[in-house]
Amino acid sequence: LRDAVKKLVQFESDARVDVSKRTLAAVIRVSALVVMLLVALTATKPAAAVPAFARKYGLPCSACHEAWPKLSTFGQNFRDNGYQLGNDRDSPVYQQPAYFPIAFRVVPNWHRESNGARAVDSVPGDSKSGLVEREVNTAGFTFGGIDVISAGTLYKNISFMVQPFLFDGGNSFTQAFVRFDNLVHSPWVNVKFGLFELDTLISEERILTEDNTGGQYYNYHFRPPGDNNVFHGIGDHPLGVELMGHSDNSYTRYSVALVSSGSGSGTPSSESVDVYANFNQGFEIGKLGTQRVGVYGYLGQSPTYFQTTSGSSISGTGTGLRSFYRAGAYGLWYFKKFDLSTFYEHGHDDVFIGNSVPANQPSKLPAGATGPSWNGGFVEAHYTYKPQLILIGKYELIRMAQQANPSIPHNLGNLNEWTIGYRWYPFMSTRAGLAWIQEYSRVNNIAAAPLSGTNDLKSSYVMGFDFDF
Amino acid sequence: MSARRNTLFGAAIMSLLVAITGAAQESHVDGMVGDAKSGKEQYQRYCMYCHGKFGDGRGESAAYLDPKPRDFTKAVFKCRSTPTGTLPTDQDLYDTISRGIHASGMPSWKPLTKQQRVDLVAYIKTFSVRFKEEQPGTPIQIPPEPASTRESVKRGAETFDNLNCWSCHGREGRGNGPNAITLTDSKGYPITPFDLTSGTSFKCGSSDQTLFRDLTNGLDGTPMPSFTDAMKPDQIWDVVHYIQTLRVDGHKLTAQKKDTTKTP
Repeated sequence: LRDAVKKLVQFESDARVDVSKRTLAAVIRVSALVVMLLVALTATKPAAAVPAFARKYGLPCSACHEAWPKLSTFGQNFRDNGYQLGNDRDSPVYQQPAYFPIAFRVVPNWHRESNGARAVDSVPGDSKSGLVEREVNTAGFTFGGIDVISAGTLYKNISFMVQPFLFDGGNSFTQAFVRFDNLVHSPWVNVKFGLFELDTLISEERILTEDNTGGQYYNYHFRPPGDNNVFHGIGDHPLGVELMGHSDNSYTRYSVALVSSGSGSGTPSSESVDVYANFNQGFEIGKLGTQRVGVYGYLGQSPTYFQTTSGSSISGTGTGLRSFYRAGAYGLWYFKKFDLSTFYEHGHDDVFIGNSVPANQPSKLPAGATGPSWNGGFVEAHYTYKPQLILIGKYELIRMAQQANPSIPHNLGNLNEWTIGYRWYPFMSTRAGLAWIQEYSRVNNIAAAPLSGTNDLKSSYVMGFDFDF
Repeated sequence: MSARRNTLFGAAIMSLLVAITGAAQESHVDGMVGDAKSGKEQYQRYCMYCHGKFGDGRGESAAYLDPKPRDFTKAVFKCRSTPTGTLPTDQDLYDTISRGIHASGMPSWKPLTKQQRVDLVAYIKTFSVRFKEEQPGTPIQIPPEPASTRESVKRGAETFDNLNCWSCHGREGRGNGPNAITLTDSKGYPITPFDLTSGTSFKCGSSDQTLFRDLTNGLDGTPMPSFTDAMKPDQIWDVVHYIQTLRVDGHKLTAQKKDTTKTP
């Protein structure tokens, strides 16, 4: 998918030289739509909830999850400890030899998707009939894939996770890392090495929603229209090393990660190394619960062109590095059974990244070009009626503050999304999990209709079972 | 069939008792008041699967755990500041929840808020009428700790030998004494003496004060008796200093002095 995006962006970059501004804007809209679609496809992987841990320790899902896969404070602490409880029962030598730390998660469901402004041939099947915008609806039973989660301890204070995602037609690795825990006998020094989710308390790996438009955090993957940054957002799973530390109860946490440029388990796009840092603090307010606030920042460099052979890019040779950053703050607010997750992000990309122009060809920058910047955020509300039932509501928005060049409509890239839903867990056990889910979501991509430039409205409804064994 | 009927009858009685006593039960820790009703929600989320819906230690995971989960209906607790045979204080139960029981399936629940843990204490007390009928024992006074010296450790080793501690814990403290294999807990389940050389903590904490307390009061529900009549305080301190030298984490003579019997 990344190669496809790169080719598209490269095409977009090449095309910019020859086409008029109007055509350029249309190309950017199409590319933005394709990127959003690709992001949606890649971002809605089933997330981590690991009954293998429940089986190992005899604890129910509800111990580590307020409602799985959303972590509780206890679950967060367990994760921070390297999947260890610290009660001298963590090492594999305490497990029965037949125990194998593996879990599967599958979400068979029925869903309906509505795409409000899709470019289609005016005569179906006739590619020469001309494109028109139409609402396209699809519905039916589906099966997203299988999330295979193997995680636990290799030895006391050495933990691991391997998380392949198998889907029809392929597979990928969501995470694959080894972690050295409690180095120098301190919870403040833990080192993770491999492919992993960037440390964030509002984890997209453990998002509660599953549908195609609401089952992701757009802020975690956003790139402005026309932008060719190899970094897609803090929802990326990069390769690298992470130093992380926490207090005994994980109320105070920090992490610093050095990661390769780009995301995923493939060859990094360049030799540069990005830095991600996160700090958060928890505190109790009477009977309301544990509140958490945090800040984060990601500073990186993205290549703007590659070494080529006969015009074809050579993987990993990205150069013409230009900088970008993401920074923001978040909070988890609890009012007994009701809680809010709030998130804010400010992003900025260099002018060459934002305009998809190689840094060695500055003359190709459009007049008035500048580095794009934007602000975004979301509020996600939960009401945990009991461990077996959680109600979910989410609202997310993104607003462009500065487009990469004057030819791009000022509001292209803006986005509003909301989701409502619930998850019902018919039973709780220490062996497996099953949830009945129902969700509805709508996302409005402002000025992103591929032909008319009007708003592109999509919606998604899903109902089905989310089971984990 | 008869056994099943008895079980159902027992469960019904237990439910009734919990319903009657649960509503009024409170706990008091550091100025906070625990509410059994709130504690019940926490219990059902975190504790029930080991300790059982009725607190009888028969949760669905109990069969796989060693040692077995505590049976709250008996109101017999290992980690206490109170003399053997008496009820623990609310603070004792709170500390156990917060710290966990080392080398068992019971983890530290410190990530829960203080209020949640105090609420849990209130609810756990509803499982036994003893908490309605009796007052907790009076916590023992821990005398000032003398310095841990080579002489103190040597005396402690001699006392360890003279009082036959080795018959359960082994000559080297590895939990492999000649009587080890014969031991059972108060419910008849086999129980292994603690390997004093393993890990970085003892069951009820790792501080010298905690060890002094446990040697004095014993661990109720286990074969570990109270030594309050068998040893004078100075002798207990000597044994504490000796036991601390057995740990594998290099504790040796620089044994932890800080009082960690109470958890935040």
